[in-house]
Amino acid sequence: MTAPLAGPSPLIDAHAHFYGDQSGRSDWNDLNAARFRAGDRIGITYHVASVLGSYGFSSPTYFPSPADVSAGNDVMLDIAARERRRVRMYVTVNPNHTEHALREIERCVARGAIGVKLLASRRADDPLLDPIAEVAGERHLPVLHHIWQHRRREWPSQEISDGGDLARLAARHPRTSFILAHIGGGGDYAHTFPAVVDTPNIFPDLSGSGVDRGMLDDAVAALGAARLLWACDLTIETGLAKLRALEVMGLSEDAIADIRWRNAVRLFPERAFAFEARDIAPMSARPAARAPRPA
Amino acid sequence: MTIDVSTFVGSYPFRYVPHPDPDALVRVLDREGIEQAWVGHLPSAFYRDPTSGNRELFTMLANAKRLRPVPAVRPDWPRWELALRDAANAGAPAVRAYPPQWGLGPHDASMRELAVAAGALGMCLILTVRFEDLRQRHAMDVAGDLTAAAIRSLARAGDVVRLVVTAAGREMIEEVHWGLTPAEQERVLWDFSWIWGPPEDQLAKLFRTIGSRRFVFGSQWPLRLVQNPRANLDLLPDDVRDMPLAELNHS
Repeated sequence: MTAPLAGPSPLIDAHAHFYGDQSGRSDWNDLNAARFRAGDRIGITYHVASVLGSYGFSSPTYFPSPADVSAGNDVMLDIAARERRRVRMYVTVNPNHTEHALREIERCVARGAIGVKLLASRRADDPLLDPIAEVAGERHLPVLHHIWQHRRREWPSQEISDGGDLARLAARHPRTSFILAHIGGGGDYAHTFPAVVDTPNIFPDLSGSGVDRGMLDDAVAALGAARLLWACDLTIETGLAKLRALEVMGLSEDAIADIRWRNAVRLFPERAFAFEARDIAPMSARPAARAPRPA
Repeated sequence: MTIDVSTFVGSYPFRYVPHPDPDALVRVLDREGIEQAWVGHLPSAFYRDPTSGNRELFTMLANAKRLRPVPAVRPDWPRWELALRDAANAGAPAVRAYPPQWGLGPHDASMRELAVAAGALGMCLILTVRFEDLRQRHAMDVAGDLTAAAIRSLARAGDVVRLVVTAAGREMIEEVHWGLTPAEQERVLWDFSWIWGPPEDQLAKLFRTIGSRRFVFGSQWPLRLVQNPRANLDLLPDDVRDMPLAELNHS
């Protein structure tokens, strides 16, 4: 057995996706196998994942129909049940169909979902999201929201939201934790950090294909390690590159552990992962990160 | 021997880039186990006349033997042939050109002349498809990406042409590669700084289809994390993990 590339410490990918035969891709099984292969090679302890409807096959990826939402969640439920050792799931919902969204949350949480996934079906600060955010807060389910870093105009195929939009929703729901998706996933992350710095229940994830030098340094400097989550989304190699960059930035071991897994354990429901409570230092006990060095 | 063919020194006009200087680059090479870097002057891509930028590049790298200067040559500028000759005399392994930033179209005759002239002197011509993701660009950054048509045109310019194309994605690589004859394909090398790894496994697919020897190591430091191309290689599936990259002249 080869040693994990990212070391033996726990590692939680807080933003992952799987596919099923409803996705319209003949290679859907290869994609899932490749995620597990790369995850095992890196040393990912848990993939916290969602299935986004039919990924555009029978309704748009970012505007999935209720039928596709349910079918995608069924696929994800099956994978999470089959791969209990290494997979947890978000329940995906489309807030334009409020009753269906709330029913899906009930249905999937009863079968093990530990978070809610929102796409770009409605602007983040729209009141239609309030009932979903409210239920998520009551049940201690973090809401992973797809984000475009700095919305300067409309883009096709999505109703995009940025950090400012999400901050308005998060301010209305201070009991709910929001994971701001993929700071490296497109748009200007430099806008995101000041947009959410004063909203303490927003936790950006580091995923996305973007590996701009300075992005991680700026994120840590602006928000601190206690508010960042490691994740991969669609590009696992950029996740590994960011882990290696974190190692040379001059962060404390505690800060790196927070980003790698401990922040995720704090955000998701109790006993969502097989870690002991004694493994997680309380937030106030964490030493501050040292001044970052450029990677 | 690992050579990073796509590095720069100097600042970037559209965002702050930390420590884009030769000393930092040498420390990064040491840390990452990279023996040599081919280094361009980042501001020169945005100068109308890169002459002063080339002078600054040679000065900055004068005492760093592992950093090999790759000056920019603008082929529609008077006396560009002298700039190319100076680069060859200085031992540059390659020269850089930035057709979109200089307003040179995909079939620009002067670019074809430069590609042939550089090749005749034993130098590669390095092209940059993009510096940043389209979705984050400054409102003034409107040059656009280098096109596949421009690369095909240069690859067809002559037998001696040697191109190194950096920061291309899978679709562009496939469009160019399969739009060339086998002989023309041999004239083009690609870095994989912008190619996706798992789960899409685009790099693995390209290794299987067009061959690993069409690729070279490039990071686009200081704009992007140097750790990324290495991570991509480390996560290749078993059947392509040990495939060799192209060999470059490192002397």
